[in-house]
Amino acid sequence: MLSLVIFLPLLLTVPIVFLRGRRTVFWYTTAATFVEFLLSLFLLKGFDFHMRGFQWVEHARWLPDLAASYHLGVDGLSLSLILLTTFLTFVATLSSLNYIQKQVKEYYITLLILETGMLGVFAALDLLLFFVFWEVMLLPMYLLIGIWGHERRIYAAFKFVLYTMAGSAFLLTAIIVLRLHTGTFDLVEMMNRSGTLVPAALEGLLFLAFALAFAIKVPLFPFHTWLPDAHVEAPTAGSVILAGVLLKMGVYGFLRFNFTLFPQASHHYAPLFMALGIVGILYGALMSWVQEDLKKLIAYSSVAHLGFVILGIFTFTDWGLQGGILQMVNHGLSTGGLFLAAGLLYERKHTRDMARLRGIGKAMPVFSVLFGIVMLSSVGLPGLNGFVGEFLILLGAYKVSLAWAAFGVLGVILAAVYLLTMFQKVVLTAPTPETRHLKDVSPREFVVFALLLVFIFWIGVYPAPFLRFAKAPSRYLQENVKGAVAAETVPVMPAHQEVQP
Amino acid sequence: MLWAASLALFAPLLGAILNGVFGHPFREKAHWPAVIAVGISMLASWWILGRVGFEPVVLDLYTWIPVANFVVPFGFYIDSLTAVMMGVVTTVSFLVHVYSIGYMHGDPGYRRYFAYLNLFVFSMLLLVLANNYALLFVGWEAVGLCSYLLIGFWYEKKSASDAGKKAFIVNRIGDAGFLLGIFTLFATFGSVRYDTVFQMVASNPHLYQGALVAATLFLFLGAVGKSAQFPLYVWLPDAMEGPTPVSALIHAATMVTAGVYMVARSHLLYSEVPQVGQLVASVGAFTALFAATMAMVNDDIKRVLAYSTISQLGYMFVAVGLGAYTAGIFHLYTHAFFKGLLFLAAGSVMHATHGELNMQKMGGFFRKMPHTAWTFLIGALALSGLPPLAGFFSKDEIIKHAYVTGHTFIWAVAVLTALLTAFYMFRLIFLVFFGKPRDAEIYAHLHESPPVMTVPLWILAAASVGAGWVGIGEEHSVFHRFLETALGEFHLVEWTVHRPAGVGLIALSVGVALLGILLAYSLYLLRKPDPALLARRAGFLYTLLKRKYYVDEIYNLFVVGTLRVTAKVLFWGVDRALVDGTVNGTGWTLAATGSVFRRWSSGFLRSYLLWILIGANFLVWFLLRSGGGH
Repeated sequence: MLSLVIFLPLLLTVPIVFLRGRRTVFWYTTAATFVEFLLSLFLLKGFDFHMRGFQWVEHARWLPDLAASYHLGVDGLSLSLILLTTFLTFVATLSSLNYIQKQVKEYYITLLILETGMLGVFAALDLLLFFVFWEVMLLPMYLLIGIWGHERRIYAAFKFVLYTMAGSAFLLTAIIVLRLHTGTFDLVEMMNRSGTLVPAALEGLLFLAFALAFAIKVPLFPFHTWLPDAHVEAPTAGSVILAGVLLKMGVYGFLRFNFTLFPQASHHYAPLFMALGIVGILYGALMSWVQEDLKKLIAYSSVAHLGFVILGIFTFTDWGLQGGILQMVNHGLSTGGLFLAAGLLYERKHTRDMARLRGIGKAMPVFSVLFGIVMLSSVGLPGLNGFVGEFLILLGAYKVSLAWAAFGVLGVILAAVYLLTMFQKVVLTAPTPETRHLKDVSPREFVVFALLLVFIFWIGVYPAPFLRFAKAPSRYLQENVKGAVAAETVPVMPAHQEVQP
Repeated sequence: MLWAASLALFAPLLGAILNGVFGHPFREKAHWPAVIAVGISMLASWWILGRVGFEPVVLDLYTWIPVANFVVPFGFYIDSLTAVMMGVVTTVSFLVHVYSIGYMHGDPGYRRYFAYLNLFVFSMLLLVLANNYALLFVGWEAVGLCSYLLIGFWYEKKSASDAGKKAFIVNRIGDAGFLLGIFTLFATFGSVRYDTVFQMVASNPHLYQGALVAATLFLFLGAVGKSAQFPLYVWLPDAMEGPTPVSALIHAATMVTAGVYMVARSHLLYSEVPQVGQLVASVGAFTALFAATMAMVNDDIKRVLAYSTISQLGYMFVAVGLGAYTAGIFHLYTHAFFKGLLFLAAGSVMHATHGELNMQKMGGFFRKMPHTAWTFLIGALALSGLPPLAGFFSKDEIIKHAYVTGHTFIWAVAVLTALLTAFYMFRLIFLVFFGKPRDAEIYAHLHESPPVMTVPLWILAAASVGAGWVGIGEEHSVFHRFLETALGEFHLVEWTVHRPAGVGLIALSVGVALLGILLAYSLYLLRKPDPALLARRAGFLYTLLKRKYYVDEIYNLFVVGTLRVTAKVLFWGVDRALVDGTVNGTGWTLAATGSVFRRWSSGFLRSYLLWILIGANFLVWFLLRSGGGH
């Protein structure tokens, strides 16, 4: 079943070759991604949210000489990201109709290949398999930016690949070293030996090597400068998927590999990464504030939002972890929505310069409301999705220390500053002759936003079903890290007691 | 009770959705769903007001956020305080809705306006009804959103959309503090529910001293933002860019009092840490005087009222800070009526002058708009604190409380502020309604507003006269007895002992009010001495007041300016030069690769796929080799 979910998009690329006409290909791919989304929902059937470990597990022989195997499985964490991926790919495809005018078939094929790559990353339980998917997904993304991007697309695509490859090199090295020490690529096997997997000295190094690859992906300051360029140059769907899914792979990597395999190092380096999270929050916000380019502004806001996520997960509290994992989904919806809005405006005005996109409130009232709600969800307004995640993250940070939370809430203020400034520039101004007669959203475009808004409101008002996903993984990760730290200090403290607040 | 509360809460939400989402059929009739929704809400609130009992009713509708032991319900907490707040909010809202039918008639955003207004009522009721701090915060930020939307309602005007943004951001500064307050409460009590927190504090008050100091201070920071106290008051004068009925409802009668409500709601917490209460009262007293001084010289009719609101909110914080929670809520309640009235009456003046705000261009309006003038006068008298109008009872109680509890300095500030209050209100009255018309053009086109506007004025005027009577007899009055169940007994112990002194205090309060009116009369009607001359004599002092102590300029320079420069420096210095420079430098060293790359990337998809295959094969080969070695 899981393999079917992963490879169905790849399979569905074949008929595209035989289709004719831009619209036909578009509607076919939209239908295909929708079917894929529905299929992924089947994974929820019978999924036990309380169960520890992986479900829908598939295990098959693959490269036995290397001790690598085709091992797939999902837990709440990966399932939530898989659903996010299939959902956002569907939304992104639906938004592509007018944007993509050249090499249409290739575009949709690339999109579907990308989907398979992303799903594989989240489902792989074998480190080598994971790495293969990690690289597979990189190439279609590179093509999306490089072929269907804007003016400086080559530079941006190159930069994107260069950065990620640099991280990948460390990742691959670390994986190989890990394989040499443990004799396996299998994650589950490693998890069973968690805490005693590698010598302490090596654990720190491996942690950092993994962390570097993932930090670039997140991206954490100072590895973030590929992001604004990639986002600005990528086509709308590319930006949506880049922000919505690809950045999450960094966080996912931290949770899945760093926290499970190197618990002591994770605990040891937590303050550093919380600090980097805070820097990301504040730095991203300030950068965002001084941008004139709409997409660049949104890109920097991602740096700030992902800073929150990193801050949350490194607290090793239920609130921080569950909030952080939920916030990944939230960011996919909100920032995905903002990029869709920027793309929609680009299709009409062929500019991303906010000075030229003024006063669209008059001409495009429906769009302005949709855009406004998405913007507010990104601001973290209570009642919408972003608030729940941010609140929990900050609560977790507070539990670690008041100082973390105090710096974190500054980000809450700054989010209002840069996003309201953006909204004012684009929407809440007097229209110019250029923007007076823009066309409001079409039914198709309305549906694109409505799909996002359903979840934006749902998570804001009733987040319980979504928080459920992270419950068991969050428990496991905490126990893993705390257990390892306790084991280390056993001679000093007779029994590590879980502090119940 | 559940049904009444739900009806009161959700009717306006439904109204907002009807107008906001499915509103096209309504258009010019957009007021109907809105007014009916708020009407239902008002009736339900009155019903609750009549039924509320001794014990608070705590209801949970569903669990909003469940994470580990952090469990936040969506639920109601209904006691007499809730009921009073609901009554005030929905009643004033209803009148403002009706008034708006006339005021906003013909505006292109008519439907949007009523949708926002209904959404505000929903948010405010959520704030009041919530049974825990996290849900209170939802309402708290939601009213802020409505405020933002309504201040910037005419967003094509730059000043309006700027003001909306400013309000939201300044409020967020307070809200950041509020968030920390919620976290502190949860970390201390393991819950954010009122019932749990209050019970734990009541059962062992001394255990939590340190945490309570932190929590109450953080929460108060939120109140300083929302209720426009020093130093976060700067958004409220600018908020006057919004339509005037909005100023009446949100920026005078209801939303801005949320901070006072929050402190009163948390009175069990604040009573345990009197030192924080002292700070609250001091901030309140300072703000009261500070804002009143700026109201004295402002020529903008709405801004005078805005500063007056800030000043009166200061009084309320004096009350709740000194432990006189009932007195604070009493002033909140009377203030809602007379300040709502004053704003609506000011709106009536603007309606007649086509939006003119400058009082120097007015004068002699009494004859042409008698309803507006009379009701305005009543409101001004109530605000100035003359018996037997509403403001007298509530304000006097606060002043007395400060005196009786020995806070002489705060008391003196409060009395001085009362003098200034009467002065600036009657300066406004004399400039607008009396004397000779100073602008013939405006005066010529002047007309009284339609009944849909003047009837709400008269209803509010009646309330401004009579609303205070429920508070006669202080701690034995109907109002205090009613709120006793929620806010605890109100002790004015020494007061009964010093009755002669009390009479003296009343005489003083009334005396300063009359003095203020007299001063205004002499300056602005008799022009003896001429205010312009006086202003010149006062020199720098006058300029200082006129320029609002340069606070906005200071904030712009030191806070906004510094941040902006920092951001720019970081962007060009760190992001571009340092980080990107390093990265690109690495790139340039691979310049050869670059040129190859450029040719390479201009190919067709086929060649890319080929590259993918080559790459993947290389990878597998590499891994096989390295793996096979061991």
